[in-house]
Amino acid sequence: MTSPLLCVRDLKVVIGGRHILHGVDLDVAAGGVTALLGRNGAGKTTTVRGVLGLVPRTGSVRYGGDETVGMTTHQIVRRGIGYVPEDRGVFVALTVAENLRLAERDPDPAYDLVHELFPELKQRARQQAGTLSGGQQQMVAIGRTLLNRGNRLVIADEPTKGLAPRVVTEVAVALERAAQAVPVLLVEQNLALVRRLAAHCVVLADGRTAHAGPAAELLADTEKSKTLLGVGRRADVTARGGDH
Amino acid sequence: MSTVVLLGVTGLGLGALYFLVASGLSLIFGLMDVLNFAHGALLSVGAYATWWAASHSFGFPLALLFGTAVGTLAAVALELGLIRPLYRRPREQVLATVGVGLAVPALLSAIWGADARTFPVPGVLAGTFTLVGASVPVNRLVLVGAALVVLLALRLFLGRTRHGLVVRAGVEDRAMVTALGIDVRKAFTLVFAIGGAAAALAGGLAGLYFGSVDPTQGSSLLIFGFVVVVMGGLGSVGGAAVACVVVGLVQQFANYYSTAGLGDLSVVVMLAALLLVRPSGLTGRLA
Repeated sequence: MTSPLLCVRDLKVVIGGRHILHGVDLDVAAGGVTALLGRNGAGKTTTVRGVLGLVPRTGSVRYGGDETVGMTTHQIVRRGIGYVPEDRGVFVALTVAENLRLAERDPDPAYDLVHELFPELKQRARQQAGTLSGGQQQMVAIGRTLLNRGNRLVIADEPTKGLAPRVVTEVAVALERAAQAVPVLLVEQNLALVRRLAAHCVVLADGRTAHAGPAAELLADTEKSKTLLGVGRRADVTARGGDH
Repeated sequence: MSTVVLLGVTGLGLGALYFLVASGLSLIFGLMDVLNFAHGALLSVGAYATWWAASHSFGFPLALLFGTAVGTLAAVALELGLIRPLYRRPREQVLATVGVGLAVPALLSAIWGADARTFPVPGVLAGTFTLVGASVPVNRLVLVGAALVVLLALRLFLGRTRHGLVVRAGVEDRAMVTALGIDVRKAFTLVFAIGGAAAALAGGLAGLYFGSVDPTQGSSLLIFGFVVVVMGGLGSVGGAAVACVVVGLVQQFANYYSTAGLGDLSVVVMLAALLLVRPSGLTGRLA
């Protein structure tokens, strides 16, 4: 891997006296998709929130060469990060158009790209986001990250969780398009999607980095996949991915 | 009939005062999770600044502007100096606002005495007009008009401006607003300034309504401001507008047609009944 865009070292997070992360190391390549994997409760979402400064953290988080520990969340994000949170983070009382407008940072937001990928968002611009389906809300969440041409990294936390297969395909296409322009850090349980999109992967276990390397290599290694991700045969890996 | 009209307009005037107090309280709590017990102090600052300016030949409109400006500055100073350093310590934050809420009336008493000071009501606002046979004080209309202007301005601000959009989003999910790269602290200061301006305006108009200002006026109005906020739904300006009309009218009619003081009790009973049926208040959301 060439010099990473995001370089996390010994990231520790303690919330309410409970140690969630014990020292996570993570590199995100300057191009393509890097997957962050692990069983439920391994610390994936906390790692992402730690990178963004949404939880108190210690350690080192270098983004584009600059140390960001000590910065506030908005300062970190304004350096060019788009974030799709696990719960989608859509403002349900606002309309679709207002949700998108709130995320505008560039003088010339890329509405053409967002509407090309998700034409529904244009049709439903005046609809209250709380009345959208889960899939449509996810389109709003991903659309917000694609609006800013100045973004240098997209972080997507389980973007296909709980979505119908048709929507998963749309989300995968959108992430693929995003990854052509900016690096993506993808937290995902859907291993079929990981196999399709990610070149590299980092696996967490019990709040620590347990593995880092090429994604295809890990997913091809049945024993290692079973140990690290709790999946067995390769067939299981694919089937599990297809379920989401 | 004339009594009913007079009570109705007076109730609306009182409701207008409650709305001016409650709108800021509601926005501040909705966005920042801050129970601002110092809000009554901001009202008192506005009341005394307006009274001082009106007593020094400023003329009422200019005095009201001066009072509102002083209240706004006091609110900004409060947010920057006391609330902001305590954002991650909510208990200390409550204690600090309670402290300011107690200290300011004490300070006003120390400077101008504990007795009520007569408010120099301008002649044009001291008279009455006839409405369906009732002689209604002109100042009631001024209060209702001011509350309507503030309501309209708030709705335009929240619905049509980017700052308003940030505030509405922040009321829902503050962390997500920051995760979009927005400095939500600026919105905090802005909301505090707006709340302080409305409270200080209420202070100046309370002088007009009651004919005097005194150091405890802010604390008394704050109690009903909180009742209106809870009834309207925390963070909902529209809910607060509806609740203040109901509270003002019920209070006036109950006080007149039953024993004096029963109006306040009726409001508390009404609040309890509403919370049993709708725990999130009338709307439970932002206007």
